[in-house]
Amino acid sequence: MKNWNIPQDELLYSGHAACQGCGGALAMRLALKALGENSVATIPACCWTIISGDVLYHALKIPVFHTAFETAAISATGLKAGLTKRGFKDTTVFAWAGDGGTFDIGIQAISGAAERNEDIIYFVYDNEAYMNTGIQRSSATPWGAWTTTTPVKHPEDKPKKNIDEILAAHKIPYQATVNVAYPEDFVRKVKKAKEIKGFRFIHILAPCPPGWKMPSDISIQVARLATQTGIFPLYEVENGKHYTVSYLPPKKLPVAEYLKLQGRFKHLTESQVEYIQKMVDENWESLLRKHELTHGTLENIPRPEFYR
Amino acid sequence: MSIKKVLTGNHAVSYGAMVSRVQVISAYPITPQTQVVELLSEMVADGILDAIFVNVESEHSAMSACVSASAAGARAFTATSAQGLALMHEMLHWAAGARLPIVLANINRAMAPPWSIWTDQNDSLSQRDTGWMQIYVESNQEAFDSIILAYKVAEQVYLPCMVILDAFVLSHTSEPVEIYDQEKVDKFLPPYKPMVAIEPGKAFGYGALAAPDTYMEFRYKMQKAMEKAVEIFEKEGKLFGEMFGRNYDLVEEYMMDDAEYVIVTVGATTSTARVAIQELRKQGEKVGLLKIRVIRPFPFNKVREALKGRKKVAVLDRNISFGYHGIFYQEIKSALYPLKERPQVHGYIAGLGGRDITIKDFIDIYHDMKKREDMEEIVWKGVKL
Repeated sequence: MKNWNIPQDELLYSGHAACQGCGGALAMRLALKALGENSVATIPACCWTIISGDVLYHALKIPVFHTAFETAAISATGLKAGLTKRGFKDTTVFAWAGDGGTFDIGIQAISGAAERNEDIIYFVYDNEAYMNTGIQRSSATPWGAWTTTTPVKHPEDKPKKNIDEILAAHKIPYQATVNVAYPEDFVRKVKKAKEIKGFRFIHILAPCPPGWKMPSDISIQVARLATQTGIFPLYEVENGKHYTVSYLPPKKLPVAEYLKLQGRFKHLTESQVEYIQKMVDENWESLLRKHELTHGTLENIPRPEFYR
Repeated sequence: MSIKKVLTGNHAVSYGAMVSRVQVISAYPITPQTQVVELLSEMVADGILDAIFVNVESEHSAMSACVSASAAGARAFTATSAQGLALMHEMLHWAAGARLPIVLANINRAMAPPWSIWTDQNDSLSQRDTGWMQIYVESNQEAFDSIILAYKVAEQVYLPCMVILDAFVLSHTSEPVEIYDQEKVDKFLPPYKPMVAIEPGKAFGYGALAAPDTYMEFRYKMQKAMEKAVEIFEKEGKLFGEMFGRNYDLVEEYMMDDAEYVIVTVGATTSTARVAIQELRKQGEKVGLLKIRVIRPFPFNKVREALKGRKKVAVLDRNISFGYHGIFYQEIKSALYPLKERPQVHGYIAGLGGRDITIKDFIDIYHDMKKREDMEEIVWKGVKL
């Protein structure tokens, strides 16, 4: 049996307001374990506005400043500046936003903060649509998915915006993709991010049972499949050019295994599933080539057998 | 020892922020504001001012950075104009609702389209109901002084404050400004010590969701803070006078003792109106001037006190609320309504988009008001059709 390398401290209280099986709630729990108590968060409009509790209750063991939808990155910038002037120089300041607040309305402020290399960590917990307002498509919604604004008759017809490459183009010191189904990798990357100065970006895959139309007890199974099929690969990018793939599935599974568990994809035809498979394979190959360019080989990518 | 410098209105604002020892400045360039933050960025780079300067990518972000820095307990400052202020609108609500004593200098500029970089008051008056206090200044000295006063009042009532000056008429016009000794300013304006601030180790949610059973109390308390701000403005304005030799109140009266007719002004046109009043007085006319300095909180009692018993009042608006009247005209009428006997009040629109407002305009307004009966019609001064 492997020794799990995850801190035991809980900085997220029970009694928060997330749905059952919420990937976003688990993501915050893991992130805080890695960040510790000397942290301050800013949260824009997103599910976490609700999850953290109303004005009378607070589900986190750290302070949270609630901010406007498009301002997560700049709000963290302001908090960092204010705290620095007050002498709290080693406090980790982080922004915690959904995919809508990141891929769409918040991207201007993110780009600004990334370009200025502000000393903050930006987390996006990506559930691939506007879930807090009732499952409307965002530019993080994958091709073919149902949402309330991309209904089954005309589902999402654009591929997911590649936010990671947009951030990489800003040459930020550190960025990584993490998945709640791989908690050790998650915690390791957030701890690493914490030790780096400058703008850091963590992209979390956070399954949403109501939005993905699936039972709440298979969130982790589905999230794990996202990585094992290559739909959501786990990797790190340093300074926009050094790519390190952090997990190579022992056997890359077909995307159909991931898609078939979710009601949001149940209308897809076989040829549409093939199209998704083709897109995923292309992206996967391109990522492997970037890793190879950085490291000269693919041999050092970990293949932890125990995950499957 | 205080020193005298010949400064533009914009640089007077920069010096005001400097002696107020602002800690975080976040800004985006826009004409005619730009020089305010240019000078501040230099002061920060040169180490004259111990602050963090954030060169943001939009005014929305400029205000957002100020909001968060202030929530973290720092003294925050920014400056803008027109479209920039409009882009900040959402975050202006955020600043006020979060009860953060941020100070913002707005250089009054007309809104587009059509493009204009010249002055009028529609940009700042569009923000009248955001919960920000608003001070309109007449001179560069007043601009400098008002930044210091704005922080002093804002930090007692936990509401943000805008200091507003006319584009070019003040922003780019040089006047002598007395810069007070830093130690003396420090005595008047001590470092900001917030009642509540975001800091590590203190777990709470700042600005979290408020259900219908809690939201209204937040708004009630904002209104009470605004009401309290009236007396704080009076008290601090007097103290400012004792310390620096310049008294400030929410309104200012000029030749009002025996005036039967009154002209009401806001902003730099007040200086022009003063000259017109002097001319008219020389001709034996019983006319006075009421300058409104602070329009939020609105000084109801002072306005009533100043205007009751007068025959007629003319209000000059460098702004317009489309479909109704000039905004100050509405405000003055509304303030006077509870009086049993009210003077007749007449509204005049002039100087939109930076068009000159002359001494002759005020003299014409005076004569027009004397003969005018109908209060419904607003008079547009000098429109060419």
